[in-house]
Amino acid sequence: MLDLKGRKGKWNISVLILLGILYLVIHCMAASRILLPYHIQVLGLVCINIILVVSLNLINGFLGQLAIGHAGFLAIGAYLSAALTVFYGFPFLLAILISGIAAGLVGILIGVPALRLTGDYLAIATLGFGEIIRVIILNIPAVGGPRGFSGIPRLTNFGLTYLLAIITVFVVKNFIDSAHGRAVVSIREDEIAADSLGVNTTYYKVAAFAIGAFFAGTAGALFSHYMQYISPAPSQIGFLRSIEILIMVVLGGLGSLTGSVITAFALTLLPELLRGFAEYRMVIYPILLILMMLFRPSGLMAGNELSFEFLEKLFKRKPKSNAKGVSPGGAN
Amino acid sequence: MAPTKGLEVNGLSVQFGGLKAVSNLSLAVQHGELIGLIGPNGAGKTTVFNALTGFCRPNSGTIIFDGHDITHKPPHFVAQFGVARTFQNIRLFKDLSVLDNLKIAYHQNFGYSILGGILRIPLYHQEEAKVIEESVRILDLVNLTEHRQVKAGNLAYGNQRKLEIARALVMKPKLLLLDEPAAGMNPFETRELVKLIREIQESFDLTVFLIEHDMSLVMNLCKRIYVLDYGLLIASGGVDEVRNDPRVIEAYLGEDAPWQS
Ligand SMILES: Nc1ncnc2c1ncn2[C@@H]1O[C@H](COP(=O)(O)OP(=O)(O)OP(=O)(O)O)[C@@H](O)[C@H]1O
Ligand SMILES: [Mg+2]
Repeated sequence: MLDLKGRKGKWNISVLILLGILYLVIHCMAASRILLPYHIQVLGLVCINIILVVSLNLINGFLGQLAIGHAGFLAIGAYLSAALTVFYGFPFLLAILISGIAAGLVGILIGVPALRLTGDYLAIATLGFGEIIRVIILNIPAVGGPRGFSGIPRLTNFGLTYLLAIITVFVVKNFIDSAHGRAVVSIREDEIAADSLGVNTTYYKVAAFAIGAFFAGTAGALFSHYMQYISPAPSQIGFLRSIEILIMVVLGGLGSLTGSVITAFALTLLPELLRGFAEYRMVIYPILLILMMLFRPSGLMAGNELSFEFLEKLFKRKPKSNAKGVSPGGAN
Repeated sequence: MAPTKGLEVNGLSVQFGGLKAVSNLSLAVQHGELIGLIGPNGAGKTTVFNALTGFCRPNSGTIIFDGHDITHKPPHFVAQFGVARTFQNIRLFKDLSVLDNLKIAYHQNFGYSILGGILRIPLYHQEEAKVIEESVRILDLVNLTEHRQVKAGNLAYGNQRKLEIARALVMKPKLLLLDEPAAGMNPFETRELVKLIREIQESFDLTVFLIEHDMSLVMNLCKRIYVLDYGLLIASGGVDEVRNDPRVIEAYLGEDAPWQS
């Protein structure tokens, strides 16, 4: 039971190989016109949302802090990267990196005071932060103000979003499975106990927040160079977007990366599949949430990860024994 | 004066609004001693531990540990100097496995950075193997190895108390503060606990400072006892000395003095 280590290492590699094959399959389907450019476009948006949801889950699910201004970091990345490539001719990859770092730095700046708050107060403070970013952008004429920023070159392609989504998931997963990630989870579980064991709780709160912000920033850069236009509307970079990401996190399960990936996938596809869904999105999400509270109150994956052990557990449905297999990797 | 090894508290006072929870307390615990802290309910015992570990700010006084002034230091800083503690109301990471509880306590001994952990550098693999080895060694000591994959919150009560001690030991502390370690245990478990405390004190070269209401435990283990009442130190000394002290008898008046029951 204790020597899962070797198996886990291989598990990582086999997942990477599978992901590589999946990419080739999508590529071939696109080449043979089974998937139309429109489909590929949607899959790119799925990947961008995966980055956003997974990075918010790090803050909401693993750190356990209800920070919900994630669209603010997305906005910073989207606008900053567009300004860098349009006005200053930066190479796109560099612009993505700078956007991530800038969002991460703002995350630190906001996080240091805001993370002294908890619960509802933190939620309101971070939501307010997101709106402040949006209002600032509205008042910068150089990036289009209320009209939005148009004429952004299309530098994002599906492959890039796919790659960054994978990097995000792996970075967050490896972080969680390290001593530093365990420190973050221990804050969620019992902050006082964590403190007594030598965990610098302020440092780790800010660090997790900054890592989440970093990835939201890169997602923003991908997004604006994918749509070639970014609007300062609440549904794009404001609180509606923040709430949407939050809902995906909660539906997938706080503290479950697989859950985040699944909901990001499903809830991005749904509006494209069902005409008219887009208008009713904000009606359907709450209904989904209510259904979840009734039937699966801890989210789709309830803090579990999709792994061999989890599947075994699911299919065996052992009678509730004392020795619940807690995978040492997953932070359940 | 050369820095002494051990704990030295001078004139410690802690006030909550108008309430003086601890007044002008001075005490000293030498390295390797096993010392008790007793007193009626609400006497301020837990508050002393909270002040020692940085969880509440003293209004005055100094706390020196192994020559370092830790008076106004935050808890994680105090922990770095080798002060570990358990809590009166057990504070385990209930939803995490027993093993994960211990791994978290190893936190300060990890050498790789956040980036090193993400990139899985060789040091990561070495230290992750070491923390499991170390944790299992300590689990063996408290007989919890077979439960290592169980959620901490699902353990029997007595085992939760033991796990909390085990978790503190993973930190490789020099001073261990135990806040009512036997609370809620049956006499058999208490006897086991006495053995365990004595064992770890020797094998880990620990200084132990414990709060306890169970006098059989205190008298069995502690060479010296401090007695608090209403935040004031009313007596200190050997077990026999303290139990015959008229002020101690008076403090426990109206209650059964714990050693009479
Ligand atoms: N954070 C706090 N804020 C306000 N008052 C407090 C606080 N912590 C403790 N007190 C008060 O300080 C006094 C001492 O409490 P403390 O918990 O130290 O007692 P104790 O000796 O540990 O008692 P017990 O044996 O019941 O555990 C009590 O009157 C308690 O109500
Ligand atoms: Mg107490």
